[in-house]
Parts: sequence; structure tokens; C-alpha cells
Amino acid sequence: MDVTIIIDSLPSLLQATLMTVLLAAVSIIIALVIGFFAAIVRIVKVRILNGIATAYVSIIRGTPLLVQIFVIYYGLPQIGISLDPISSGVVALSLNAGAYLSESFRASILAVDNGQMEASLSMGMTYSQALRRIILPQSLRIAIPTLSNTFIVLIKDTSLVSVITVTELLQMSSLIIAKTFEPLTIYLLAAAIYWILITFFTTILDKLEIRTSKYLVR
Amino acid sequence: MSIIQINNLKKSYGTNEVLQGIDLTIAKSEVVVIMGPSGSGKSTLLRCLNFLEEPTEGIIRIGEFQIDAGGKANRQRKKEIRELRKKTGFVFQSFNLFPHKTAIENVMEGPIIIHGTKLEEARILAKALLTKVGLGDRCDYYPAQLSGGQQQRVAIARSLALNPMVMLYDEPTSALDPELVKEVLQVIKDLAREGMTMIIVTHEMSFAKDVADRVIFMDNGVIVEQGTSEEIFLKPKEERTKQFLSIVE
Repeated sequence: MDVTIIIDSLPSLLQATLMTVLLAAVSIIIALVIGFFAAIVRIVKVRILNGIATAYVSIIRGTPLLVQIFVIYYGLPQIGISLDPISSGVVALSLNAGAYLSESFRASILAVDNGQMEASLSMGMTYSQALRRIILPQSLRIAIPTLSNTFIVLIKDTSLVSVITVTELLQMSSLIIAKTFEPLTIYLLAAAIYWILITFFTTILDKLEIRTSKYLVR
Repeated sequence: MSIIQINNLKKSYGTNEVLQGIDLTIAKSEVVVIMGPSGSGKSTLLRCLNFLEEPTEGIIRIGEFQIDAGGKANRQRKKEIRELRKKTGFVFQSFNLFPHKTAIENVMEGPIIIHGTKLEEARILAKALLTKVGLGDRCDYYPAQLSGGQQQRVAIARSLALNPMVMLYDEPTSALDPELVKEVLQVIKDLAREGMTMIIVTHEMSFAKDVADRVIFMDNGVIVEQGTSEEIFLKPKEERTKQFLSIVE
């Protein structure tokens, strides 16, 4: 193992890490929106949309992410929808994480004690006022641990879009290895970067969980 | 004129008829205590008054708001139910305070959301109400930091903040440790003295003797008998009332 190889390849790897973070960040934001609305639609049982959301969650959770990526990148052009690799990656990752988030949002909303809704309604609030002011703030706290878990999985899953030529951390590692023939060093380096990245975000989300739970402390 | 009128109120769950046609008229400032064994329908009756349970049949009027049971859940009806709820405070056995809000925020929530009261005004109102229930020094505590008795008093203040015509209490002290019951009952007594119209479902007999203008004994979804607390507790006419009282006492 040669230290100069590490030093030489680090700038490229860090640049590719930016792509990984970008993919994860953009995807989690879109996934949060999708997951939130899919959860609400299913809880309020909005006609038609409820069925669509249920089917969406079932299909996404029931198929491998890699297959989803292939369908979007290689499959959709056949019906005239061509997306560049990065967009395809973002679409696949957001749709995938969105399905999992919708399940955790749904569970966390249902986990709020029914008395909270009753108390809100008995004051004369509308259902949506009660949801917005009383139920959702409490369910957010409940959702944070699973939310942070989904985000961690999402960061790791970005490595799968390397197969459609997005130059993120894993793809860059492979490119460097093709030149240096040092697979162990470079892949371990990539693993270390993933690990640091995930530890960083886990710490932040843990802090957020503690902050949002402060009202429960006696 | 009466402030609450209930005509032939029925409620069934499937084939199980929990309320079998209740008729009840309550005058302004009257304090009515409802007693009865568990499963007698007393809580259901109270919850129907606030449409937390949808009655199967009958008519409910509170103040000027009259709603027929079993109507279509359209926009207009939902609005009417909300209007009725704004005028009836409901106090739960399990308090149901909003745990993510402080005591004062709990009390401010109604005025701000329902009445559109300005933040500062709501704060002054909430502070006054918390002081009234003896918790003026607990404004910034979260529910988890308060005792059960204190939480229930905050819940009463929260209901009062909407300036209700009627207060409904569903076993307000049943979830409390014995030593905390008194402070909650005292708050309810003070409200009775001020002339608040109240319906209280409770098992606290000495409290009922103290505060009730009328005691109603329910069993199996019907009103078995009603009268002053003396009539019910000392000279009950019905066999079922006697039985119940002998077990409770």
C-alpha cells in the first residue's frame, strides 16, 4: 500500500463525494415531500389517490432499487422519456426513499394518541387544523429515528447509480483503480469516506431527535 | 329557556344499543352529575353531546345550535358541529393536553386558532385562566413536568379559554391519585359557584352531594332515575339505584 496513492487520489474522491452528497440531499428532499403526501393521502383516505399511493408504496418496496434504476434509465427512453444519468438517479432514489418514508410517516402519525385528535376536535378545530397544529408536530418526533435510518440507507444507495455512469464516490473509485491497480486501498478509502459521511449525518439527526424530545423530559 | 335539550338520543354500535332514547333538559347554570356502573352509557352520552361520537338517532340542542343525529357528513353539517363544539368545553379523563406545548401554550391554542385572537391578548387571557385554576406559576411547564391534578386543571383552563356556554366532564378525576382529586374538584366547584352550566360524569359521591343541582343515575343506556342529590343518595326509589349505591358506598 502506497501512501502517495491515497494523497493523489483523495482530491478526485472528495469531489465525487460531493456528487454523492448532492444526490442524497436532493433525493431526500424530494422523498420527504413524496413520502409526506403519500402518507397523508392514505391516512385521510382520499379517494383514488389513496389507491395510487398504496400501489406506489407496494411496488417500490417490492422491487430492487437496481431494477428501478434500470427501468428509469434504460427503459423509459423506449417510450420517449430520456433522462440524463444524474436525473435518472435522483428520480429513482427519491421514488425509492419516498415509499419508505411514507410508511414511517404514516406509522408515526397513527402512533400519536387518539386523545390528541379528540381534544383538538372538541375545541372546534377542523381536521386539517388538528393535523397541522397538534398531530404532525408530535409525529415528527416519532418519525425522526426511522427518518434518519432511511437517510443513511439513501446515502449508501447512491452507490448504486454508479452503474448508470454517474461519477459519484464509488464510480470514481473504480475509475481510479483502473489506472492505479490498487483496489484494496482505494475501495477502503471510499468505504472510510462513506463511514465518515454517515457518522456525521447520524450525529446531527440524533441531536435533532434529542432537541425535539425535550418536552418529554420531566 | 333551557340551555341543553336532548330528545330521544340513541346510539348503537352494531346491534349493541348503548343509549336507548335519552331525553334530557338542562337549565342555564345547572350542575348535573351523571352516575352509573361502567357500560351504562354515561360517557357515551357526554361524548354524543360534543359529537365525538355520532349519535344514531335523536336531536341535540346546545344554546342556539341544534343538530339532528345521523345527518349527512357534508360541509354544512361539519361546520355546525364545529360551532357547537366551540361553545362546549370538554374535559377528558386522560387530560389530553398537547404534550409539545407548555401549559400556557395549551390554553392559548384555542383562542388563537378558533377565535383568531392575537398572540399577546391570548397570552394575557391564558395567564389569567391558569391563575384562576391555581397554576399561574406553572405557565411555562410542559405537561410532562406537571402532576396529574395540575394537568387536569390546565385542561379545564384550556376549555374555559374558548368561553364555553357549557362544560362537559368525562370522569375528570378517575385517572388521578387520590391526593390529587381534591384540587381538581375544587376548581369545578368554583366554576359551579360562578354559574357555569356543567354536566359531570363522575364516581365521586361526596363531590356530587356538594355540587350537583341534579343527579342522574343511568344504567343500560337509559336514565333510571334523577333528582336532587338527597333524593338519589338518601331515598332512591329504583332497585337498581339502591344496588349501585350499596356497592359504591
